Amino acid sequence: MKSSVIIFPGSNCDRDMDVALNKFGFKNKMVWHNDNVIPKSDLVVLPGGFSYGDYLRCGSIAAKSNIINSVIEFANKGGLVIGICNGFQILIETGLVTGALLRNKYLKFICKNIFVKANKSHNKYFNKIKKDVLELHIAHNDGNYFCSEDDLKTMEDNDQIAVRYCDINGEISDNSNPNGSIQNIAGVFNKKKNILGMMPHPERVIDNCLSSNDGSYFFENLLSNMK
Amino acid sequence: MIEVTEKIAIEHGLKKDEYKKICELLKRNPNITELGIFSAMWNEHCSYKSSKKHLKKLNTKGKKVIQGPGENAGVIDIGDEDAIVFKIESHNHPSFIEPYQGAATGVGGILRDVFTMGARPIANLNSIHFGSPANKKTKNLLRGVVQGIGGYGNCIGVPTIAGQTSFDESYNGNILVNAMTLGLVKKDKIFYSKAAGLNKPVIYVGSKTGRDGIHGASMASAKFDDKIEEKKPTVQVGDPFTEKLLLEACLELMKDDSIIAIQDMGAAGLTSSSVEMASKGKLGIELHLDKVPCREENMSPYEIMLSESQERMLIVLENGKEGKAKEIFDKWNLDFSVIGKTTNSKNIELYFNNNKVANIPIDLLAEHAPEYDRKWKKSKLPQKIKFKKKDFNKFKITEVLKKIISSPNVCSKEWIWEQYDHTVMGDTIQKPGGDAGVVRVHGSEKAVAASVDSSATYCYAHPLSGGKQIVCEAWRNLICVGAEPIAITNCLNFGNPEKPENMGEFVECVEGLNEASKYLNFPVVSGNVSFYNETKDKGIKPTPTIGGVGLIKNYKNMMTMDLKETGNIIIVLGKTEGHLEQSIFAKEILNEKKGPPPEINLFNEKNNGEAVLNLINDKLIQSVHDVSLGGIITGIAKMCIKGKKGIKFYKFKGFLDKFEYYFSEDQGRYIIEVKKDNLEKVKKILDKNSNHYDVIGEVIEDNISINDEPTLSVDKLTEFNKDWLNKYMVN
Repeated sequence: MKSSVIIFPGSNCDRDMDVALNKFGFKNKMVWHNDNVIPKSDLVVLPGGFSYGDYLRCGSIAAKSNIINSVIEFANKGGLVIGICNGFQILIETGLVTGALLRNKYLKFICKNIFVKANKSHNKYFNKIKKDVLELHIAHNDGNYFCSEDDLKTMEDNDQIAVRYCDINGEISDNSNPNGSIQNIAGVFNKKKNILGMMPHPERVIDNCLSSNDGSYFFENLLSNMK
Repeated sequence: MIEVTEKIAIEHGLKKDEYKKICELLKRNPNITELGIFSAMWNEHCSYKSSKKHLKKLNTKGKKVIQGPGENAGVIDIGDEDAIVFKIESHNHPSFIEPYQGAATGVGGILRDVFTMGARPIANLNSIHFGSPANKKTKNLLRGVVQGIGGYGNCIGVPTIAGQTSFDESYNGNILVNAMTLGLVKKDKIFYSKAAGLNKPVIYVGSKTGRDGIHGASMASAKFDDKIEEKKPTVQVGDPFTEKLLLEACLELMKDDSIIAIQDMGAAGLTSSSVEMASKGKLGIELHLDKVPCREENMSPYEIMLSESQERMLIVLENGKEGKAKEIFDKWNLDFSVIGKTTNSKNIELYFNNNKVANIPIDLLAEHAPEYDRKWKKSKLPQKIKFKKKDFNKFKITEVLKKIISSPNVCSKEWIWEQYDHTVMGDTIQKPGGDAGVVRVHGSEKAVAASVDSSATYCYAHPLSGGKQIVCEAWRNLICVGAEPIAITNCLNFGNPEKPENMGEFVECVEGLNEASKYLNFPVVSGNVSFYNETKDKGIKPTPTIGGVGLIKNYKNMMTMDLKETGNIIIVLGKTEGHLEQSIFAKEILNEKKGPPPEINLFNEKNNGEAVLNLINDKLIQSVHDVSLGGIITGIAKMCIKGKKGIKFYKFKGFLDKFEYYFSEDQGRYIIEVKKDNLEKVKKILDKNSNHYDVIGEVIEDNISINDEPTLSVDKLTEFNKDWLNKYMVN
């Protein structure tokens, strides 16, 4: 399977994502933000970081970059697109997924392991993962997911909530919500569920010597669904 | 143009004699631009005029040292053609005036020192010191500094893997912010700052030059008074986004051999970078200041030369490589300008719109800079204290432990390091909160460990012992994670060198750290001196900070401090003598601040450290932690908290009072966890090696149990440990 990771000026998880994709068997290419065309890919990833310094608003300038039109085109044709952290912010700014990411509730950058419960129905990202609760990692300042009540209802009706923060036992509560996100939402799909935007970083937890190995399930499951 | 007078020179921070010397050396009066250049190069920060004499004595050589002090950073060999570039630097004065920007640009500056040498930064650390928590400024300073360090490091994408935070009222008017960076480079791709060759183009890259930070270096060498707020404009403003672009662009250009020399524009900006490169190459340099990209209009040559705008580099290129280099910097949207060339004049010659505006022989700025042999006062070793041990009986050990574990200098600093991205780059295998941070060498089996330490209390009580102690502490922290200690960097934060007491503290701390560094074969490869840390004539406690770096040959052998398994045996390696003076117990519980710090026995230090390292490599121990602040019991409590396990202490034997036993801060000791099956084997090895050890207890579930005392739950202890800082920052 072929993947592409877009590098924006200020991206800083591009290499980590490249390492993860290659580790699990993708043939990955790095794509410069100023290019106009994505090489032939089965998956496109917008990595984490501080694209364009987070100036103006996180993700907003990247959403107007040269490469982004072909990302939108690829996604509209049903291609698989993942945005992690700053990548999620960019997806929101392009309108490919719904909502907004506000400053964290306690106005602090948070870097730590968290637990999430993933939506396993009818999507290629989480469907066959055996574990119910995944231990992933967050590192962000602006990950407080918000959307209107109408949007929330529509997304819930369409089963578009991808991941929610929970505790180690899978309980979803205020105590397990690190950043104030509405309904503990850590990530969402678009309507067709080919696009996933989420704050947690699966690429940082892909080895037992790292803070968790649960990111491996994510990549393994995705790859097996794509074959 | 302003005519230079002695009064103006003094306003620039120069002494009368120094100004006289400048006029004599030049055989004329300097103009204002030249005076600015002299004042920047001759101040303490750039010239090391008070410290040079003593720093020369430092142990800087070793088999694994590729580059010692004198370059942008030190370099050590870690095998397989890999090298680690590292350095620590202070940004104290700016951080007190403007905590966010001061701390942020401190991180930015040290990152540049490392990637200037061709290395990709792989880890950041910091050592930050604040006034008493009761001081009304402390909370905001702490918040600002932490956000500044995070704001810069998180954005550029380098993990912050370890650090140290302390509170002491001596920092009430002068906080300390020391930032350290490690970078990874191939041994044959290290870049230096020595210019070579005539008529080579001198290139300016990075951000544009503005009026920020003018005289920052002079400010760093001044003491604070009531008018501190007026100095805000001398603090630089950082842009980590531009630094990230500069990092990637420089590393891209460094792939081939276009660069002859490269130097970042740090303290004293364009002045010190151009002078240092030319001076090292014994060349002259000619710069056309109208070609410097400026952010503001009508900047004068004086302002351009003294600006400390951030994220800028000066490069001497091979002829003919300008086009290719420009392409790279254009790609990263950075300014690029050929602003001059190397010459054989041995002078720095500055032009502005074709008028010569300065012409100074370079050796006057560098080699002829003043060097002082300051008066210094020796410190006596304080008398031992006769503690009334009968009075200890009114305390309960567990109650004292609760107090210590939640005291500002011992409590968990999670509130701080959770705000630093410590996992970006995907190689962090030991995060903050352990004895040292550890990152894998990307794509290999190796890992690099780093720690940062200081103990102002010990150094203040007796500088010579204190200086030795911190080097040993750094050595121990690296050993605790299973790393072979290789080298150190030091950040020497002191008061006013013109006062013999402060100068004495400096001289003796340096002597102490040098003695330990030599004995442990733990050389100093880089560092920085920060003097004049005083406000209204009151100096800080002497605070040399040591950053240690070590190597783990196979990262799978890395060790951690969390207790692993119920039933395992706990051993204290090293002799407990009951030294309570200067301990947390004496200060916080008995309110006794006098007495000597614990003694350092370098033979035992080395012998015990090497024994632990061997046991780790032979896979005979399950966890390790060194005994430091708060003694054995505090050390074990931290291991319990981390491992979510408890301990049952065996019946206490020996001649010491139990408070002396549990809370004394004797040096050179480690707490190790051993499987029952391995106990006899471990004992045999330690006996054979003549290491003193005591078997003191075993791992149980959930509680800390000390003989006849009520048990203390580890959950409760964890709360005490974490709550203090959280509550302090929220309220």
